[in-house]
Amino acid sequence: MKAKAMLENSQTIEVEVMRRFSVESVVKETPDTYTLTLKPLDKKEYNFVPGQFNMLYAFGVGEAPISLSGDPDERHLVVHTIRVVGAVTNALVNVKKPGFIGLRGPFGSGWPLEKMKGKDVIIVAGGIGLAPLRPAIYYILKHRKEYGKFFFLYGARTPNDLLYKKELKEWKSRFDMDAFITVDAGDEKWTGNVGVVTTLFKRIKLDPDNTYALVCGPEIMMKYTVLELRNQGLTDDKIYLSMERNMKCGMRLCGRCQFGPYFVCKDGPVFSMDQINRFFGRREV
Amino acid sequence: MSLQRKPYFALDAEMLGNLVTILKDFGYIIYGPVERDGAIVYDIIESAEQIPRGLFDEQSPGRYRLIKKDERRYFGYVVGPQSPKYVLYPPQHLLFKVRKDGRTFIPRPDGKKVAIFGLRPCDLKAVDILDDVLLKGPYKNNTYWTLRKDALFIAVNCIEPDNNCFCTSMNTGPFAKSGCDICITELLMDGKHVFILETMTDKGAEIVNRLGCRSATEEELDAVSRLMEEARNKIRKKLNVENLKEDLYKNLEHPRWNDVGNRCLTCGNCTLVCPTCFCSSVFDRSSLSMDVAERWALWDSCFSIDYSYIHGGAIRQSIMSRYRNWLMHKLATWVDQFGTFGCVGCGRCITWCPVGIDIVEEANRVRS
Repeated sequence: MKAKAMLENSQTIEVEVMRRFSVESVVKETPDTYTLTLKPLDKKEYNFVPGQFNMLYAFGVGEAPISLSGDPDERHLVVHTIRVVGAVTNALVNVKKPGFIGLRGPFGSGWPLEKMKGKDVIIVAGGIGLAPLRPAIYYILKHRKEYGKFFFLYGARTPNDLLYKKELKEWKSRFDMDAFITVDAGDEKWTGNVGVVTTLFKRIKLDPDNTYALVCGPEIMMKYTVLELRNQGLTDDKIYLSMERNMKCGMRLCGRCQFGPYFVCKDGPVFSMDQINRFFGRREV
Repeated sequence: MSLQRKPYFALDAEMLGNLVTILKDFGYIIYGPVERDGAIVYDIIESAEQIPRGLFDEQSPGRYRLIKKDERRYFGYVVGPQSPKYVLYPPQHLLFKVRKDGRTFIPRPDGKKVAIFGLRPCDLKAVDILDDVLLKGPYKNNTYWTLRKDALFIAVNCIEPDNNCFCTSMNTGPFAKSGCDICITELLMDGKHVFILETMTDKGAEIVNRLGCRSATEEELDAVSRLMEEARNKIRKKLNVENLKEDLYKNLEHPRWNDVGNRCLTCGNCTLVCPTCFCSSVFDRSSLSMDVAERWALWDSCFSIDYSYIHGGAIRQSIMSRYRNWLMHKLATWVDQFGTFGCVGCGRCITWCPVGIDIVEEANRVRS
């Protein structure tokens, strides 16, 4: 169908459904994961809270929910780490100028960074689950004095699957945070820990009354991480998870992201464990 | 039970056509009940003659039949497979268009007004529930809003409820209390055939005023009260909604879920006929020249495997979990989300289930 005919065959009005962003840079993180830096074509500021996500649109292909993984203080660039798993994510990482990415958001709830002030923090990430946690790490490191001890545990399948390798190195070398990294299976060059992320818990001792935990990764990894955190005495109100469900709209209208009584796009993706403990870890909820 | 006098009018059954004409004069596109493929569905009607007469429906789990009886009767049947959802929240609707340069366009409200004629009290409640979902959140569905905001509802009270109806349990029927502009009760007594009209909004009053009908008599209102009582007593299917949500939450692992999972075919009929099921998917398409792309919403069903798909696989692989998700949404999680049940007791999901799975029976078993 001719473009003009397609626009005219039903009466429409122009509104700003989504903002347009150009792709400034694409960095390959792992064989299938890329970090995109986006710049708003309207040159207006973009604000978000660590933990939130955007719906990213590739023209004519479709939309996918992608969590924000950049610095929340950066108001003129938007950073997303995208794993290529299907048509939309594939199109997104291949957008070239003068093409654009359509962006709706930010949507959803964020990590409780204000509530955690004055307390110890442990961040546990699995695989690409590090992406929505990176803004929180940036924030905590920038406001380092306002938090107590800071533990960071990160696990990936192989050394090749680790995200943000340069930053991991930097975080490991810092004296104001305890960073531990592990892989499920090493390679000949890997000299670090081998084992799932929960094996790192024996290296640390948490102060249960004074610690908040932020967790993101595959559901099975979060399930066992929660068990370790409870083992160390943390109560469910101090454990926060970022959940994932199929999303199509981001606006609580399509219904697909339901998890028990919650809409993950609106009530989540960040939930406290005491909010969801009735449903979390239950098979196929 | 006696009815208060005020807004009740009586219209001779033969004059029903006038009501349709007046609605047309007011500029409404009228959706009314018509018979198609052996079922009552909503379609655009031009005159009252298109409304079938003498038809009654027989419904039981997995069964729906229209039968011919008393030829005078207009509304001998209750709910067919379609609900007002078909009219107000079309199965496919355009969300927006995007030009290659990124400018976006949404459908413009075209000023068309729809009147739905002959919807049932349970369906009125269903519209109310859809309003909560599609209009009252932080965002609203533009298509639904465009059709809903000027929609006129002429409801028909149910005097012959069917086997699968359980509106009395959900407190939605069989008689309408609110939510429509005009409410009709069909009265056949002593050779007289009249419609008792109750106006519930100003717009409804304006239309009835234009009809120029007389007030209902005491005798007629008594008859309506009697019918009301009888209708209520005819409804045998019961769901005890007290503590229902908690009971279901407590029984997430009940063996009955596996039992129903073995019978369910995951065809999704129940979600399509349900007047409140609102889940949708979206699809994108573009012109061949790639100058304009469109995004459409398409009804989806939580019984499809794709519904819960995230990279790596679907969350709800088993049939058991998909049925559980659906039933739990209707009768438990909906309460947490919107403060009402997602079920109005219309019984459609029971009738149109090819294997006759009964939501009331399943809910009762899971609790026990």
